[in-house]
Amino acid sequence: MHRFANPARFLRLAKVILPYSSGVAVLSLALGLWFALAASPADYQQGDSVRIMYVHVPAAWMGMFCYVAMAAFSAMALIWKHPLADLLAKATAPVGAAFTFLCLVTGSLWGKPMWGTWWAWDARLTSMLILLFLYLGYMALVNAFDDPERGHKAAAILALVGAVNVPVIKWSVDWWNTLHQPASVVKMGGPAIDSSMLVPLLLMALGFKAYWISILILRGRAEIAAQKVRVIRMAQIHAASRGE
Amino acid sequence: MESISALAHMGGYGGYVWPAYGISILVLLGVLVASVIGARSAEAELDAIQRVRRANRGTESTE
Repeated sequence: MHRFANPARFLRLAKVILPYSSGVAVLSLALGLWFALAASPADYQQGDSVRIMYVHVPAAWMGMFCYVAMAAFSAMALIWKHPLADLLAKATAPVGAAFTFLCLVTGSLWGKPMWGTWWAWDARLTSMLILLFLYLGYMALVNAFDDPERGHKAAAILALVGAVNVPVIKWSVDWWNTLHQPASVVKMGGPAIDSSMLVPLLLMALGFKAYWISILILRGRAEIAAQKVRVIRMAQIHAASRGE
Repeated sequence: MESISALAHMGGYGGYVWPAYGISILVLLGVLVASVIGARSAEAELDAIQRVRRANRGTESTE
């Protein structure tokens, strides 16, 4: 039963955290949406199309953040055989995929009026598309085996190998001459963006982070319950085959 | 009313801004609903199995 020791602690902690993470997510997203769509100014060059930034940029941050989290959980699972790490990596993947997908779609909707094209094979856009495929590959692989442990192991290796893509995304705008603009928030010398735009951006980013925590808890609970069901079933099969 | 139509128009970019927010809300709500349903059904299944096991153990001990 030692396998359940850590998940039991996770479940206790999850019960405490979930109301707070959900509350923070709802509040900061509601406030962030109000600033993003109404209270913040239009850009002097981009007009109101700049409002897409408040969902596009936090979604891009989350796409990368979730991948780093997934790779870190995978490393913990492979190195220390932490019983929860595999489950948390698996729980993070769909959230990261959703945010990466949203980053690409909102970027496309922003690119059309600003760049005159929905899509360009530029380094930033292409590396972000690869990130989406890595998530989809991970999710397919983790469920591809009858034995979940083998699926977890194979997918964890994919997550770690694919992690090389994250710095490529981050610095793609500096390494290559891309259509995409370089970083203006996370950069040396502080953000090059007015506080009237930084506030909704950070509120949305906080809301997305709290959303991820809530989803991680929900999906983690589902994974833990499913694993307990598997263990019980296996025990029943063993007992039956011994003729008990 | 004027401010509502101005909000919808978004300085001519309404056709790009609103779909961007619309699809974001849809996708995030979709993941949330799927996760809530997933957690509930997995925990309900575990609950049911554990109840059966407890019941079986009860009958075994009385036999």
